[in-house]
Amino acid sequence: MPIIRTEHLKYVYSEGSPFEKAAIDDITLDIEEGEFVGVIGPTGSGKSTLVQHFNGLLKPAAGKVFIDGQDIWGKKVDKRSIRFKVGLVFQYPEYQLFEETVFKDIAFGPTNMGLNKDEISERVYEAADFVGISKELLSKSPFELSGGQKRRAAIAGVIAMRPSILILDEPAAGLDPRGRESILAHIREYHIARKSTVLLVSHSMEDIARNATKVLVMSSAKIVMYGSVNDIFAQSTSLIKMGLDVPQVTRVFMGLRKSGYKVDPSVYTVEQGKAEIIRYIRGGQDR
Amino acid sequence: MIKDITLGQYFPGSSLIHKLDPCMKIILSITYMVMLFSAFNAISLAVAIVFMFVVTLISRIPLKMVLRGIKPILPIIILTSLINAFYVPGDALFKLHVFSFLVVISVQGVELAVFMSVRIMFLIIGTSMLTYTTSPISLTDGLERLLSPLKKVKLPVHELSMMMTIALRFIPTLIEETDKIISAQKARGADFESGNIIRRMKALLPILIPLFVSAFRRAEELALAMDCRCYKGGEGRTRMKQLQLARRDYLSATVMAFVLAGVICINIFVPKLYGSSLF
Amino acid sequence: MENIIEAINLSFSYMQDDDPIKALDNINFKVPEGQFVAVLGHNGSGKSTLAKHFNAILLPESGSVSVMGIDTRDEDRIYDIRQNVGMVFQNPDNQIVATIVEEDVAFALENIGVPPAEIRLRVDDALKTVGMYEYRNHAPHQLSGGQKQRVAIAGIIAMHPKCLVLDEPTAMLDPKGRREVMETVLRLNKKEKVTVVLVTHFMDEAVRADRVVVMENGSIIIDGKPREVFGNITLLKSVGLDVPQAAELCYELRKCGIKLPDDILTVDECVNALSKLLEESRCQ
Repeated sequence: MPIIRTEHLKYVYSEGSPFEKAAIDDITLDIEEGEFVGVIGPTGSGKSTLVQHFNGLLKPAAGKVFIDGQDIWGKKVDKRSIRFKVGLVFQYPEYQLFEETVFKDIAFGPTNMGLNKDEISERVYEAADFVGISKELLSKSPFELSGGQKRRAAIAGVIAMRPSILILDEPAAGLDPRGRESILAHIREYHIARKSTVLLVSHSMEDIARNATKVLVMSSAKIVMYGSVNDIFAQSTSLIKMGLDVPQVTRVFMGLRKSGYKVDPSVYTVEQGKAEIIRYIRGGQDR
Repeated sequence: MIKDITLGQYFPGSSLIHKLDPCMKIILSITYMVMLFSAFNAISLAVAIVFMFVVTLISRIPLKMVLRGIKPILPIIILTSLINAFYVPGDALFKLHVFSFLVVISVQGVELAVFMSVRIMFLIIGTSMLTYTTSPISLTDGLERLLSPLKKVKLPVHELSMMMTIALRFIPTLIEETDKIISAQKARGADFESGNIIRRMKALLPILIPLFVSAFRRAEELALAMDCRCYKGGEGRTRMKQLQLARRDYLSATVMAFVLAGVICINIFVPKLYGSSLF
Repeated sequence: MENIIEAINLSFSYMQDDDPIKALDNINFKVPEGQFVAVLGHNGSGKSTLAKHFNAILLPESGSVSVMGIDTRDEDRIYDIRQNVGMVFQNPDNQIVATIVEEDVAFALENIGVPPAEIRLRVDDALKTVGMYEYRNHAPHQLSGGQKQRVAIAGIIAMHPKCLVLDEPTAMLDPKGRREVMETVLRLNKKEKVTVVLVTHFMDEAVRADRVVVMENGSIIIDGKPREVFGNITLLKSVGLDVPQAAELCYELRKCGIKLPDDILTVDECVNALSKLLEESRCQ
């Protein structure tokens, strides 16, 4: 049974007014447990709107959302319990920090869950550890932290709820390359250690290529592709037509393919690229 | 969406009233208020009422919107009317026996009640007309220009106006940010609906604190950006958009002057009418 | 050709938790007129601190910075400096002060006291240059990030500055917005001959500059043409910077002993070089 399932999901902005617009339209989707799904699409394609349906923040205009088999808009479903299961980290989450200490802020989620003091402490330390926040930082005010540390503290605040599904909307936005790699590495580790399902909304094809197992491509409020990373990058030409960027290395191989060399055009990392060139030179040639 | 609601409810349009210069509109609104309160009898008051109806028609603002502004004030109007009706001494209109009390409603009481109610209602309608037809930024501009002579008495007119402009500029942005903060805290299980009033107020902290911090951060960055664009206060500043009174502004002023004169004349020359005995 | 900006033995520290942190360590840096120079570095390398010295937001602790010959410490001439070195920041929202686009673009000119008729002309001109003229009556919150940044740029170039300093202007934008801003910046440099200093950590932006300067720990560690700088892949990676995948691929292949040019930057160059390689191996 898929852990997230939607049926003909639709959400409309400014319903009833002349500005009415479907943000997502007829979305039917099955996401299996344990997958690391990269969600990509141009701005305005509906990615952020879609993921806000998975934790019940947005109510669909039509269609259904099932989390772990449960219709979250069914009778007597407590939305808050869904939010503890489906953790959502928004863009620039550091702007939501508010508590006196980093510890307390990370504890906000578990406290809302009604856990006892020991449980809360345990989860805070665990979450802080996951994102690389040292014990000294925990007793400081969140406003004393650097930008990167704040970002990690905010992510820890969601991880501390131990959600079985973790959704992150551009967690590396605004960070320098080192910061990006660090955050994505922590998310990868979380995925492996907790065996949780992870959804990563991003504009960076390269980040998704390096981290995801599946890719969900959206455009103009609809899903245009959903499949394994390999399958998606085999359709690089379509991706480019949609206005999406493919990794540079993919473009190189598409260019080589066009020039008549039978190399695999769906290469999406430098390592794969290197292996493919070496294979070709050493006589593997036509593919 | 919340984003589309502007302060004081502005309805964009291209009527004559919309196009009038904001300074002129403010002056005309004040003049109208003077007119409203200087109408001493039924006819002069009627003139003021008709004048406002004509203005409303020209502005093409739907009547429903205009009357909407009165709704919140209705309790006050009713209360004032009742107090006036029952407590103003004068020639008896009705006599009621309530228990052992004699309750008298006098003619003067009714007159006063009616006058007061009408005045309050049209005060609201008049000011609403101003805000409905003038965008907040035009109002700020108009106020700044009107008050600029007060710079001579050290009133920080430019600074006040700058504050208003920046506030107006950031309101939609801060509303959007509040929405995001609320969503983010809800995503961590924040509950803004349940509990008693104290609980609910405490629940606002996760929204208010980030919002305040953000507002301060924005202010700092904005101040830096303003410095980089050579901001040095009001000294020596020019304005791209100049106050330009058009023919319609002079025309409106003239019309208003005539109507005001008319009201005053009616007061003087037609004294023996309802309401006159009051003043 | 005059140097628009000159930093001589520039050092600067700031206090953090009672400890002085040296943000800039004896920097010597000149920007000739008309150049497009990219300043690269990870967060904390000092690049933003350096940029803020160029229009006297920060003053040197030791050494000096001069703009068109004017020392930035000269308080009387600060407005001359700021009119000639305009600065655009990272957050598109927090630079826009007015409720209507064209009024924001007019802000700087109003502050300087330019006559109203001329303000009108310059505002229209600036908006057309950045491609936002149709939006001149829009409210800022209705615009996308890239559009807001372009409005911010218009507000600066309306002052007709000789130099434009941009501090990570695309960090908060989506790919489309980044493209819009970069195109605008390139146009300003190539067509309008505005000197540009672009502080960034994005390789694909630095690649388009005339000159790349890499900073680390408050010092400049490399200064040269993009081709020269991006050949130093090991060094760039060691200071936490990314290299274009095309360059990295060729670097990895060279490590295996395969002969490839060491200054490959773009997809096309990579395709050409690899094509030659594959052709040779085909013929063997």
